[in-house]
This record gives sequence, C-alpha cells and structure tokens, in this order.
Amino acid sequence: MKCIIIDDEATARLIISKHCSDIKGLNVLEEFSNAMDAMKYLNQHTVDLIFLDIHMPGFNGIDFIQTIKNPPNVILTTSDPNFAIEAFEYDCIVDYLIKPVTEERFNKAINKASNSVKVAQKTETNITTQDSTDNVLYVNIDRRLIKIDMPSIYLVEAKGDYIMIKTETKNYIVHSTLKKIEDKLPDHTFLKVHRSYVINVSKIIDIEDNCVLIKKDIIPVSRSNRPILMKRLNLL
Amino acid sequence: METPNKSYIDNLCRGDRAFETKLVAVIKSELPEEIKVYNEAFVSTNFKELAEAVHKLKHKISILGLEKGYALAAQYENEIHDEQLELSQNFDEILDSMTEYIKTL
Repeated sequence: MKCIIIDDEATARLIISKHCSDIKGLNVLEEFSNAMDAMKYLNQHTVDLIFLDIHMPGFNGIDFIQTIKNPPNVILTTSDPNFAIEAFEYDCIVDYLIKPVTEERFNKAINKASNSVKVAQKTETNITTQDSTDNVLYVNIDRRLIKIDMPSIYLVEAKGDYIMIKTETKNYIVHSTLKKIEDKLPDHTFLKVHRSYVINVSKIIDIEDNCVLIKKDIIPVSRSNRPILMKRLNLL
Repeated sequence: METPNKSYIDNLCRGDRAFETKLVAVIKSELPEEIKVYNEAFVSTNFKELAEAVHKLKHKISILGLEKGYALAAQYENEIHDEQLELSQNFDEILDSMTEYIKTL
C-alpha cells in the first residue's frame, strides 16, 4: 500500500513513519506538515492510504476530507477522542488512532485499511449487477459506480485490460474482462460473436458473410460462433 | 507528583538506538516551541490558540508517560473552551517537569 502522512507535528509524523517501516508492503511516499501541500500532491499522485491528523492550523483534517475528490482510505490520527463519532460519517475513514499510537493499535488499523483496499480492488475488477430483474449493470469507473441499463448496451469490445461498453447514448471504458461482463449480461439478448466482441442480438441491423452490422459498427463473427448466432436469429 | 518516563519511547524504539536518537531530538526541538506558543497564547488570553496549544501538547505529555498529566491537560483544554483558566498552574507544573526531563535524555 502506498501512503502519505499529514500532520503538523514532526514527532507524530516520525512515530507513524516508524510504525509504517515495521510493516512489509506499506510504503510512505511523502510526509506533509499541512493539508494544502498534501492536496497539491494528491492532484498528481495516487495513494492507497492517508494518515491524517485532524487538528491542524488553518485547514483541518475534516476540511481536507471534504475537499479532496475521491478520497482514498484515511486513518485519522488525533489526540482528541471526541472526533470519533464525526469520523465515521465519512466512508473513506477506515479507522481512528489516538495519539500516541501504539504498535498493536497501529497494526489493527492497517489490517482494516488493507481489507478495505482489497475490497476496492475487487470492486474495480468486478462488474456487479444490482438485480438481474432490474436489467441494470453497475460499472466501476474512477471509483464511481455508474449505472447502465443493460438493454441500452449494443456492443462490448475487449481492449486489453479494459472493455468498451457501447450504449445508445454513451460509451464506457471499464477495467474488466469480456468474460466477466458476458457472465453478467442476459444470455437471451447478448452473444459473444468473436473473442473480442459481445453483441446485443436485438440490435443487429444486418449480417453479411462473417460480419454483423450493429449501429454503425461492423463486427467480425468468428467461424465457430457463426452457427450459434444463426440459431438465435428468427430466420424466414 | 507523577514524573515523566521513557516507557512509550522504549516500546516504540525496541532497541533501535538510531531511531530513538532521532525521535528524542525531534521532541527536544518541538517541545520548547510548543510551550512557547502556549505561553504566548496565555499572555494574550487568546482562548482559541490556547486550546489548540494545549491540545498539541497533550501528545508530548502522553509520549512522556504522564497519564495523569494527560487527563489534566484534557480537562484544562475543555476548561479553556469555556474561557476558564483555573488549571493553568497545574498545567504549568506538567510543562516544567517535561522541560526538565527532556534535558536528561
């Protein structure tokens, strides 16, 4: 996990940094004595975890969380237990450490953060359906779950580690695989016609030789998939 | 009266002398600065800054193992929010004991 430490107190930064150095795989990328510098850093860098002091002059930790876009996991560090209730109003806050931080408590917080990162990664690679009967698919793009109506999808194309989902109104690039989305889409409407394409059969305009025209896209149909496609068509 | 100790520092450092030296140096550098900020806020009766200064000092108080001192500081911080300074003398005694102690580190 890549992390940064934000605390106006050098002693506190040093202690957190020491705890981090004792944990394999936890790398402190930068330390900041104020939130503004950290914000500038986060505009250009991605981190998995922030150790954030609440009490800082001028711009405090809660202001910081409210200001940054898509905050990563945050572990609050403070001398004030009174902030605990407010802290859990924010989804990004995974734990809350009272200073001075002990090794045992630190490790517990890291476990929570680590689990949270794993869940986030899983969400990023998985596409989830809310309810198959709703015909709705949620895709994770830039940490946002975006709703797509499945009937509006006419084509899904594999693009390396990503897939492009084309709908009537918009195209989406999602970090996932064709196999995963194929499993989520209803069989009676969608068909894999080529190793790189899944199409919505109901949106086909015409078929010529080994290609289908779907909207304005001409999609190749592999030899092995052609008979399956032909069976699905209501041929006269 | 409760006296400062190195229990937390020793637990944290676990024999890492280089880190201990670094940590002690930072504490020795920061503590007088924090006390100075506190004293200036006290003289100017700036309650907001005073509460912030006490809040910050609480960390050093607990690092130096002053459990009762930490409780008193927390109480004093609340008192300051109500613009009361009755515990200031007790708090000063804590600061003095820490100041003397870090000279021995």
